[in-house]
Amino acid sequence: MDFTVIAEANGDSLHPTTYQLIGAAASMGSNPTVICPNGTGAEEAATINGVEKVISVNGDCFNIFDGGAWASSLSSLCGDIILISASPNGREIGSRIAAKKDIPVIQDVTSMTEGITVSRPIYSGKAMESLTVTGSAVITLRPNSFEAALAENNAPINVVDQSADVKISIQEAINKASERLDVTEADIIISGGRGMGTIENFSHLEEIADTIGAAVGASRAVVDEWGMPHRMQVGQTGKTVTPSLYIAVGISGAIQHLAGMRSSKYILAINKDPDAPIFGVADYGIVASWEDAIPSLKSALSELQS
Amino acid sequence: MNISVLLKQVPDTTAKISISNGKVDEDSVSKWSMSPYDEYALEAGLQLKEATGGNLIAITCGPERTKKMLTDAAAVGADTLVHIPIEGVKDNTHVQKLLAAAVERFDSSVILCGKQAADTNGGSTGPGVAELIGAACVTLVSEVNFSDGKFTTIRPSNSGIEKVMVDGLSVFAFDKGSSELRRPNVRGIMMAKKKPIESISSDDLGVALDSSSLIINSQSPPPEKPAGQKFEGAEHVGEVVLKLRNEANVI
Repeated sequence: MDFTVIAEANGDSLHPTTYQLIGAAASMGSNPTVICPNGTGAEEAATINGVEKVISVNGDCFNIFDGGAWASSLSSLCGDIILISASPNGREIGSRIAAKKDIPVIQDVTSMTEGITVSRPIYSGKAMESLTVTGSAVITLRPNSFEAALAENNAPINVVDQSADVKISIQEAINKASERLDVTEADIIISGGRGMGTIENFSHLEEIADTIGAAVGASRAVVDEWGMPHRMQVGQTGKTVTPSLYIAVGISGAIQHLAGMRSSKYILAINKDPDAPIFGVADYGIVASWEDAIPSLKSALSELQS
Repeated sequence: MNISVLLKQVPDTTAKISISNGKVDEDSVSKWSMSPYDEYALEAGLQLKEATGGNLIAITCGPERTKKMLTDAAAVGADTLVHIPIEGVKDNTHVQKLLAAAVERFDSSVILCGKQAADTNGGSTGPGVAELIGAACVTLVSEVNFSDGKFTTIRPSNSGIEKVMVDGLSVFAFDKGSSELRRPNVRGIMMAKKKPIESISSDDLGVALDSSSLIINSQSPPPEKPAGQKFEGAEHVGEVVLKLRNEANVI
């Protein structure tokens, strides 16, 4: 089976998940071909260990994200097993390539072994599913679930021009003045729930987030009731997150919330109710009100940073 | 205009998922619901129908129990109900083929669905169907409008949101939309009970469900986490922060 990795870009360079996709292919004993849409990060990709070659794909069709156009320009360059990030764009391109090639697509895989046998969370993490695929397939990998490959390589780069029919055009771009990290991108998340009392109290969480470079998240209850932006919502009908550290403050831990954050590497829960279900998934739990705990948390963290 | 909305019935997000014999035990699911993102798609479809005087076709693939969800869709305004009976199809590409054939059969101008279902969490159906019918697809949208023969929609961008226009046949996969699904009124509920459900088999649709190269080995509960360390009182915060640094190595 030959592996193809479709690189994920972050601005002008590679997104860290691209190193994980290549690491995952390498762990299966493969030297993958890496495809860089729009040529983004091609030189960087060539330095990543295990990469056999890089295909830098150029074309006007990459000026805007149209999953159909991207899939049609990339699909013919792909081999048997195609690995893509399980980001929204990755999932969309992956599904379209699979449909085009009439092969299965397996989304959001968190582990992969010979066979090829993969496992993935279903029901937002309330269960796991193990699958085996015996032929070609598109497999999207959940970010931060696979070991990243190191970069000490010098693989050749082939440049290919492709064109595709773009059906989507941008009418208007509306910038949001949010300088906050997105919860799906952050390595540390501090989330608040109804226990925070009022929306204004989130400023305390924001201060802590600024100290440690974290993103601020929220439970569904406060998004619905206090009108916080949906992009902050962590849970089954919000974002599924896998940070290194998830700090839940005043969140009781409804089953839907747990579904969105339980696969975080470490979880710290602060809640005044000792029986709150959030403690069931927490590595560290502190039974205290946020009013008592947050000031000490703030000072302890700033001390570490200084 | 024919507006097709693709719906999936899933265990309610509040339902406990139990496993028996290496499989999710569907019989133990306490409540089945329309997948939450599909609800946003349905509401957007109803608004599009009202704005354009179109015909809303609610389509689902699934076992007998899923008919109830179609009746629920009729109660809020779906005009045509289409059930594609399947049992235990494992490969999403099969479902995509069935749905693609159905939307083509009903000569749909636009197809709305949720960005992903609350059970499989895949997100393959919308883009996959679009690919099969040669349509454009925009995912994670929050609303859809139609004017001067074109669809516009709002999707997230790297720096905020963007309004995009789509040419021709389009699939829109909904994130949380701008309006919640309306509640049915009594008249709607009564009328829905009498609304026929059109059952169309895979044979009728001309879709051969070949054997798949994808095998489900097992489903299992999520790995148990070892019990955490719990501290009573805010005076332990400093200690826990040190543990985060020294034991967990995360700050």
